[in-house]
Amino acid sequence: MAAAVGSSAMAAALAQRTPAVGPSGAKAPVRRPCAAVRASQRATVVAGAQKREMMMWEALREGLDEEMERDPTVCLMGEDVGHYGGSYKVSSGLYKKYGEMRLLDTPICENGFMGMGVGAAMTGLRPIVEGMNMGFLLLAFNQISNNCGMLHYTSGGQYKVPMVIRGPGGVGRQLGAEHSQRLESYFQSIPGVQLVAVSTVANAKALLKSAIRSDNPIIFFEHVLLYNVKGEVHAGDFCQSLERAEIVREGTDVTIFCYSRMRYVVMQAVAELEKQGYNPEVVDLISLKPFDMETISKSIKKTRRAIIVEECMKTGGIGASLSAVIHESLFNELDHEVLRLSSQDVPTSYAYELEAATIVQPEKVVQAVHKVCGARGLVSA
Amino acid sequence: MLAAFSAVAAGASRRTLAATALGAQRGFAAAVKEADGDTITVEVNPFKAHRIDPPATTVTATKDELLQYFKELYRLRRMEISADMLYKAKQIRGFCHLYDGQEAVIVGMEAALQKTDSVITSYRNHATHVMRGGTVVEVISELMGKVTGASKGKGGSMHMYRREANFFGGQGIVGAQVPLGAGLALAHQYKGDGGVAVAMYGDGAANQGQISESFNMAALWDLPCIFVCENNHYGMGTAEWRSAKSPAYYTRGDYMPGLKVDGMDVLAVKAAFAFAKAHAVAEGPIILEMDTYRYHGHSMSDPGSTYRTRDEISSIRQQRDPIEHIRKLLLDNGLVEPSVIKGIEKEVKKEIDGAIEAAKAAAVPAPEELWASIYKDNLGMSLRGLDSTHMHTYSS
Repeated sequence: MAAAVGSSAMAAALAQRTPAVGPSGAKAPVRRPCAAVRASQRATVVAGAQKREMMMWEALREGLDEEMERDPTVCLMGEDVGHYGGSYKVSSGLYKKYGEMRLLDTPICENGFMGMGVGAAMTGLRPIVEGMNMGFLLLAFNQISNNCGMLHYTSGGQYKVPMVIRGPGGVGRQLGAEHSQRLESYFQSIPGVQLVAVSTVANAKALLKSAIRSDNPIIFFEHVLLYNVKGEVHAGDFCQSLERAEIVREGTDVTIFCYSRMRYVVMQAVAELEKQGYNPEVVDLISLKPFDMETISKSIKKTRRAIIVEECMKTGGIGASLSAVIHESLFNELDHEVLRLSSQDVPTSYAYELEAATIVQPEKVVQAVHKVCGARGLVSA
Repeated sequence: MLAAFSAVAAGASRRTLAATALGAQRGFAAAVKEADGDTITVEVNPFKAHRIDPPATTVTATKDELLQYFKELYRLRRMEISADMLYKAKQIRGFCHLYDGQEAVIVGMEAALQKTDSVITSYRNHATHVMRGGTVVEVISELMGKVTGASKGKGGSMHMYRREANFFGGQGIVGAQVPLGAGLALAHQYKGDGGVAVAMYGDGAANQGQISESFNMAALWDLPCIFVCENNHYGMGTAEWRSAKSPAYYTRGDYMPGLKVDGMDVLAVKAAFAFAKAHAVAEGPIILEMDTYRYHGHSMSDPGSTYRTRDEISSIRQQRDPIEHIRKLLLDNGLVEPSVIKGIEKEVKKEIDGAIEAAKAAAVPAPEELWASIYKDNLGMSLRGLDSTHMHTYSS
């Protein structure tokens, strides 16, 4: 056999390869190279011009579809992302449109396929690696930290790792300790990765599109309880900055920082606080690493009080990092010490009542505002 | 049971066992069949094959090829010996894993591959960097933590990369580079560019679960991947048979074909890689187990003599040294005069000495380099320094 085989011979070899035959006798489709990659003309996607309402999983799916359409180097790999369509339907049906190579059903081996994603990203592909549940990604922690996060640095800037690591996490469906994790704290100290948490239908789609286009490795936190939240997506090819916080509600009394599902817990509390005559500002951090200090400090300078509401662990969590930064750099702007409402430092219980007690509930947010601002106005009956 | 275990554990026969396993393939089967002008035909040691018909053991080499291999092998050897001396002189610190003894693997491999093929390896990567077209100055500079280093002094001994020649590092965590290698192969298949990816690891790493995961995926999808187990017989200080139930690493892919190759012989290695590349491109992944040997300890803190005998090391030096093998082929067949070889040695020594001087004279990285290359783009954000008051801007 010749030592060197040209790419045309490769294509021929692939085409001649006997298709795998499953136990049912059904022939699996032949895997072909994605020829479009080399011709990489990024097509412009003309999306619908008007705002449309949909669920978060549909918005994520639409964002993924648009980016795969636009750029042939974008591919998705993970457990059950192809034929099955993703355990939370984020890639449902896309396999039929893009084929097995770009919607790659991996075996159950998180460490192995995460490493594979890193290798593919180093060559210039843009893989999105789905963790069926964020908790499973602990099996790939070495790949995420040592390779994904640090390769750009250890190579003196030679290699970039343009990949998105995404999947559901968080507490709330009685899934037990291992499937109800709050991993933001685990990942936040890895240098070189960016952490992004989505919270609404609109930002889920717009941030996913930006994450896919980013040249940095992005850990993209979705929440198991938010996939069926309804909302509108932006019209057109809309991308949102991965590094900017969102001001959810402007106010003057206190700034409540939150992210992911806690945004809804906070807004429930705000509805009550409004009745009581409080006017809190609510900021959704979006970027958990690095923090958008511009928005954060501007808000604190206005309200002079800060409460952090997170689903993350108390010890070593996002709130711990953020309160430290605020105390260090904005101490003189504060009229009250920063309050942190975090989830308990315990594994997540199965029992509904214990699970609910593990995370922050709206009444705790109301109490925290009372503490920081003092009792005032109407007190609810 | 316990008694039996203790007896074995204490038994002196274990060391003998290792020596026997290593000694099973002594010397080179280098009978020259015919010499035709500047070309010789040589019989290499037989390949052991798993689930595949092995390639022919009769190989040819020209005088020019042999001279090139000699120069490359000798250059790598001098570089590593110099690194050892610089380490002892405290000019190099930290980790330093030397490749001397194993040079035939990388030289034979590169003789059969193109730079469009991808390579990823472990922390023992100085020679890989050079054979992917890097310079000795880059290697020695990196070891000295200089800005002229392969990774600007930020990677160190274990992290050298050469993007323009598809060398992906340089990985410090044992075995963790292998899934990346499978990912490189996936990218070759995705792009349909006809290239192969080479994922290299040692006999110690072969027991990592992620290697089995990579085998499964590569075989499942027929990825153009050559898994290379550089079996130097010791995972740091643990002999292969003390860590592997089956030290026949070329068979460890089970369903995947494999070859065991005399990794001390450039000609055998080259033939194996040419065979493996054709197979990988047309059929899918294959394992090449390179029977090789490292002369130095695992790293600089390991004298390399506590878990193996000095006799073992010296007998391999005498009977299987990759450089001496090529020297002998050149001289015994009358292809060149000894003076030609002396000339090459002199030229290489000069190059290495010059590289050392250049590395010594080079600057250390500027302080700003500390905050550079964390993110690919400047995110328009700053990074808090040690005392939280000094802010630093990210730069690409």
